[in-house]
Order: sequence, then C-alpha cells, then structure tokens
Amino acid sequence: MVEKLAHLARLKFNEEEKQEIKSDLQRMISFVEKLNELNLDGVEPLLHLSDEVNVLREDEIKGSVSREEALKNAPLHDGEFIKVPKVIKK
Amino acid sequence: MFEFSSIEQYHQSLQEGNITCAEAVAHYLEQIKKTGRLNAFIEVYEEEALQKARELDNQRRQARPLGKLHGVVIGIKDVLCHKDHLLTASSKILEGFTSIYSATAIERLLTEDAIIIGRLNCDEFAMGSTNENSAYGKVLNALDETRIPGGSSGGSAVAVQAGLCMVSLGSDTGGSVRQPADLCGIVGLKPTYGRISRYGLIAYASSFDQIGIFSKNIPDAALLLEVMAGADDFDSTVSERPVEQYSSSLTENKKYRIAFFNEALDHPSLDPEISKAMKGTLEDLRQKGHNVQPVEFDLLEYIVPAYYVLTTAEASSNLSRYDGIKYGYRTPVATDGLTEFYKETRSKGFGKEVRRRIMLGTFVLSSGYYDAYFTRAQKVRKLLYEKIKLIFNQFDFIFLPTTPAIAFRIGEKMTDPISMYLADIYTVMANLAGIPAISVPLYTHSSGMPFGLQVLSGRFNELSLLRVSNKLMEQYPKQK
Repeated sequence: MVEKLAHLARLKFNEEEKQEIKSDLQRMISFVEKLNELNLDGVEPLLHLSDEVNVLREDEIKGSVSREEALKNAPLHDGEFIKVPKVIKK
Repeated sequence: MFEFSSIEQYHQSLQEGNITCAEAVAHYLEQIKKTGRLNAFIEVYEEEALQKARELDNQRRQARPLGKLHGVVIGIKDVLCHKDHLLTASSKILEGFTSIYSATAIERLLTEDAIIIGRLNCDEFAMGSTNENSAYGKVLNALDETRIPGGSSGGSAVAVQAGLCMVSLGSDTGGSVRQPADLCGIVGLKPTYGRISRYGLIAYASSFDQIGIFSKNIPDAALLLEVMAGADDFDSTVSERPVEQYSSSLTENKKYRIAFFNEALDHPSLDPEISKAMKGTLEDLRQKGHNVQPVEFDLLEYIVPAYYVLTTAEASSNLSRYDGIKYGYRTPVATDGLTEFYKETRSKGFGKEVRRRIMLGTFVLSSGYYDAYFTRAQKVRKLLYEKIKLIFNQFDFIFLPTTPAIAFRIGEKMTDPISMYLADIYTVMANLAGIPAISVPLYTHSSGMPFGLQVLSGRFNELSLLRVSNKLMEQYPKQK
C-alpha cells in the first residue's frame, strides 16, 4: 500500500521512513474514519464554494509571459527549451 | 522613538511632520535586527524599503494625493508572489524561485503606496499549526521564547506581535491566520472564501485557501481588507460583489444575536480557563442586552476529519506541479528516466509533514477509496454548510474559542500528527463553510500568555464582523 501510494504521489521512502509513514497513515486513516458514523443518505457532496458561475472574458490574447520569464526559474534550460532527463531510449 | 498604534495615527503623525516614512522604516529595520533570534523574517528588503520610504516622503512634501496605505510598513507571508522577489513557501523545493508577477493582493497594497519590508517565515506550504515545519527553522513566540507562535503563518503573527512591521499578511486554509493571532495576542482576520483574489497565492487547498490579515487593531485590518478585496480578472472564484468601505463604517450601536455551542465550550480538550473566560464574556454581553443563545451543534467531532480528507486531497493535486523541471529544486542525482527523477526531486525537496499530507491525499483520492473517503467528506462539508447557513438565518454571529489551549512549548506536538490536527478544532469550520472569521485578542491566561475570542459571521458579512470585533476590543480592553 505505502509503495503504491508513494509511486502515485511520485515520492520515495527508505525502509525506516516507510515504517514511519505506514504508521502515520494508519493513524490518520483511522482518525478520518470517524466520518463513517454519520448517516449521509441523500446528502449531495459540496463541490463548489464560490457563487460565481461561468465567469467569462473576451477571447483576447493577454496576460501571457515572455519566453525569457518562463525560463527564468527553470533549473536547466538552453535558452529556448527546458531540459529534462532522457525519456526516449534506444 | 517611533511607536505605532494605528495606521490612522501614523498618517496623522506623517501629516504633522512628527515622523517620516523613512524614519518608520529605519525603526522597523532596527527592531528586526534586534529580534533576529525570533526568526520571523526569511528575508528583509532593507534597501528597497528605505528607498520606497524616501520616495513617499518626497511625494508627501509635494502635497500630492496620498495612497490609502501611504508608507504603511507591511510584512508578507512567504507564500505570496511579489514580482522580482524570491518566494519559497518555506520549502526547499522552491529554493531560488523568483516571482515573475505579483499576487493581486500585493499589487493592490503597492498601488496604495504600502511599503513591503520583507517576507515572513511559515510552515512549509502553509501546512502546520506551530511553525516548526519550515525549511528556514522554527519561529519563536516573542512573549515566551520557549513557546511556538502558532502556524502556519507564525512569522506573520510574530512580526506584528513583536513590532517588526505595522500589519502583515498570512494565508488561512484551516486557521493559519486566526490560530497564530490568538497565540500571539493580536487580531487575525480570515475573510469569506473568494473575498480576496487568490491569484499569486501559492495553493495548498484551493477550495479553502484565503489570504488573511494580522494587525494590532480592527480599523487597520478593515483598511487592508478594503484595499485588497474584490473582483479580479485572474481568479474565477473571487466574488464580483462590490467591496464595502469597511474602515469608515466601523461604529454601530446595535443589539446582536449571538450563538454559541455548549459542545464547543464544554469540550474536554478545551482549557477550562479559556472556557470560563468565554462564558464570562457571553454572560456579560447578555446582561448588556444582546440576545445570546446556545445552539445545538453535533458536527464538532467530524469537522477536523472532514477537513483533513479534503485539504490533503487538494494538496496532493496542487503540489503535483513541483517536479524539479519548471522551477525550484532539481535533484543532482543522475536518474534512470523521468519517474525516478520526479521521485528523487520531490522526496528531497518536500519536508516530512508535506510528504505525510500528500500521501494521505493520494490515498483518499485513489481508485477504490475515493467514494468512501473523499466523496464522504464532501458530503459532510455540505451538511456543515447547510447547518451554518441555518444558524445565520437566526443569528448575526457565532462565538467560539480560537484554539483549545494557549501556545504550546516548542517540540511538544511534533511527534503526533493527530494531536496537532485536533488543535484546529475551532478554526477549520470557517474554511469548510467558506465564511469569514476573526480572532479578537481579549484575554490573558494565568500563565501570562494571551488568547482570543473567535467570531464568525455569515458569508460576505465582513462589515458586521469587523464592527462587533471593534466593539469587543473597546469594551473589553486587555489588562496590561
């Protein structure tokens, strides 16, 4: 379970950390299982808190950032593109 | 020596020529230096703040119209974008990140001529209640340095508490403004969800997050809210409702309808002294002719679990953007493929509490568990939302404690996540329901530490909330 979740979350834990996160998760999950005591038949889930619906604007190009700004914080780039570890292998 | 009491008073002193903005900034810079051990600031913008202050002083001498926040010295939590300034959310994963735009709230402060003096320490990604989960170290409570200031906006609270700036900004997802304000003895306001644009606020749980204000008094909080609130092209969840002139309409003489919950005031985890103080205030208000009534509230035990299911789910999704590629920390380890690269980067970049919450959030969203946990919590949120709405049909306010106990000792709650989460029992309600809430510093504990009274009002009823808070601070001045 811990390994599957860690993979989904793109995290990794060493053996010692694995034991710790396992026990933390067990405790947190049994804590939130308190919710099972409530009868929720017929209750709709609350999906949105905002009253605003369909806030639209004209389809104009604005508010974008320049390439230079977009690359500014990338740890590895060549001035044109962001570089990532090799994805396609021979 | 410069002594700050309110923005209004400060503006008067500026006009009368008793002080300049540059002198005020110099004063704060000195105070920050003297109290460096509190660790409230991650970075201080010394030169920039002084420069801006001198410009403002010149403007004033030329009798040009002054901004509403002319020369007001503000500190901001390290989760708010401020163009060309570093921003880290107190996390290693955002090491070296520079904002390429400013948050709408920050932009509006600057337009009204505020001076931003620095960015303030907090729990990593605003996750925590003690400010012990920061890549930049813990923050100390200025009233007792062996105690925590609360969190997650601990630096923001201490900066105002210790007189290191006039007002400060925090963010409040489950109490991260009100709880540290309570523990530090100052005002902490969380507005209605959607009252202030979240554009430029680093996301923790998007349906909960709201920018909040720390101040020494109510009129200052009202003025900041008035400046920052309102419609914004860059946040589709922000309210289009017109913003009221909160700061100029704070006086009101009205008998209020006040609800309280016996389930909250007699809760076993609540410090009896806090319970007693609150009951005393409620009784006194009743005698003054306000309609003070108990309301049955049977959801108290469920709101913290519902809060943790929903916020960790939203966090696991929001924090998936930190991948080591677009910005921030990137693992130096040579990895085999992208997935390994992400895992290396994220495991080294995120701290323990953040990883813990991402894991829980991933669990409640994962296939097979989604309905049993996530959807269930959304239903509980709906129940609470409806219940709160009904209460505000009959009452103007709900009065609650802000926290169950005074500031903990450093290290006290670090090992047990559940006991730390339960400290949020009185604050998460406002975020689940999206309503505004404030912690008003009214009391002093026998230990000498302060604590506050939390007032909640109906959605977008900040004006009433600020009015009653102002009245409470006038009527129950803290014994010094």
